[in-house]
Amino acid sequence: MAYLEGTNLVAAYGVVPILHECSVEVEKGELSVIVGPNGAGKSTVMRVLLGMLEATAGEVKLDGQDISMLSTQERISLGLAFVPQNKNVFPSMTVEENLEMGGFLRLDDINKTIEEVYSLFPILYEKRKQLAEELSGGQRQQVAFGRAMMTQPSVMLLDEPTAGVSPIVMDEIFSNILDVRNAGMAVLMVEQNAQQALNIADKGYVLVSGRNEHTGTGSELINDPEVRKKFLGG
Amino acid sequence: MSDSIDIINAFALMTNFVILPALSYGSQLALGALAVTLVYSILRFSNFAQGDSMAFGTMIVILLTGFMIGKGWTISGIPTALLVIPIAVIGTSIYMLTMDRLVYRHYRRIKVKQNIVGITASIGVMFITGGIVRFILGASPQRFEDGERFIFSVREFKAFTGLEQGIALKTSQFLTITIAILLVAFLFYFLQKTKTGKAMRAYSDNTELALLSGIDPDKVVQITWLLVAALTTIAGALYGLDKGFAPQQYHLLLLPIFASVIVGGIGSPLGAIAGAFLVSFSEVLLTYAYKKFLIYLLPLSMHPNSLVQLIGTEYKYAISFVILVTVLLIRPTGLLKGKVIDGD
Repeated sequence: MAYLEGTNLVAAYGVVPILHECSVEVEKGELSVIVGPNGAGKSTVMRVLLGMLEATAGEVKLDGQDISMLSTQERISLGLAFVPQNKNVFPSMTVEENLEMGGFLRLDDINKTIEEVYSLFPILYEKRKQLAEELSGGQRQQVAFGRAMMTQPSVMLLDEPTAGVSPIVMDEIFSNILDVRNAGMAVLMVEQNAQQALNIADKGYVLVSGRNEHTGTGSELINDPEVRKKFLGG
Repeated sequence: MSDSIDIINAFALMTNFVILPALSYGSQLALGALAVTLVYSILRFSNFAQGDSMAFGTMIVILLTGFMIGKGWTISGIPTALLVIPIAVIGTSIYMLTMDRLVYRHYRRIKVKQNIVGITASIGVMFITGGIVRFILGASPQRFEDGERFIFSVREFKAFTGLEQGIALKTSQFLTITIAILLVAFLFYFLQKTKTGKAMRAYSDNTELALLSGIDPDKVVQITWLLVAALTTIAGALYGLDKGFAPQQYHLLLLPIFASVIVGGIGSPLGAIAGAFLVSFSEVLLTYAYKKFLIYLLPLSMHPNSLVQLIGTEYKYAISFVILVTVLLIRPTGLLKGKVIDGD
């Protein structure tokens, strides 16, 4: 039994079905990656895991406890953190305020966690008084990542963390993600850059039309000729 | 009256009839405009009930003032209205929270296009609120100012300075400007420095991410209404102390208040304040009769015969309207870059 599990999830936007009995899981200290074509329901899986979209069937379990009925806020307080793909910062607030808002629910001293984020992303310390909207795409991604870290989560969900950033920044972000994983966090990530993502993944899911098409370890999927042909460009 | 050029008396004249009235009127508008800005930023609709809500808050102030004077619970020299404002703020808060619970919350929950639906709903609230005020207080104008009328009067000023033109500082003007400065300072401190204020800004900036950070949306909305109630009641009470209370007058205040918000840049608190003073000074400067002022400044041969009034005071609301239309046509984002109102 994995730390966070979504089992046989079924979900729809209005009457449009998106997920058909889709299952994903992630273990502490591991990185699971969801890849697949556009419209496969990759982001929807995350929304369901977070309770931002209600599943019509299936269940979400955190550390063995069924959290399917809990609100997003309750799931956040249990240790889930989410970095959305777009609109993932508070644009008219400073970098530091963004981080403070990440730690909104915490009653203890958050300054230590802020220091940790700064040591992970030194550039954010330099820019701590700047508004998030003034930052570059990569830096903004770091703010978003840092904001999510502020709750000291046990599971981090990332929706296309490398969308729209340069290859150099992409490598940086991936190495940050590995750092967090190595520190013992469970990381679940949706990625467009399937090849690179599966390279570093402990577990991989290929989603097609809301169904699990292929599941395996990262290297299994990369070496699967069918997956290569269909999703990794040969 | 002297026939030489007299700049000091001309300045005294302008201070008494233009600068002081425009500053206090601008402060009243600014508080109203900040209330509209808060509702727009957090609840995402333009609150058409603002003017009538100010009348509602002022109504409570008037009722309480009457009660206090009846009981003899007054402090000499200080307007009784000032003493009852805190209680009136609580009353208005309860009213606004009730309206939110009965009207606005429903539309927030079903996630409709909030601005256009909110506007429509707030027009309903506007009529209800206006109706309640007229039902309780009647539609006729009232004055509720007591205590000292002047900090210093024209006569005292003349005796002190020896100038021909006097300047009077009305208690209501002094209170308006002082209280407005204090209230704005508090509001900015609250929004910039406190955890709750920051959470409100975060909610306004990116609602979904605020929810993902664990910020409670209901609490943000409630605190917004409390702040709006305070701004609204105080703005209404100060306007009433200054110019007297009349429900219709308050209802019409919506136009200069909206003009202030839009000129300044929708959603920008600083812009709302700047816009309020731009509107108030435009109104006062354009409706002032400059005859006496020009007589002080021009040689005898050039003295005007007419009043030299650009626009009659009965058209003062047209000025807000023209400012509003001009800004929307030329610079819809306002002076300080704000949002453009769309259907969302």
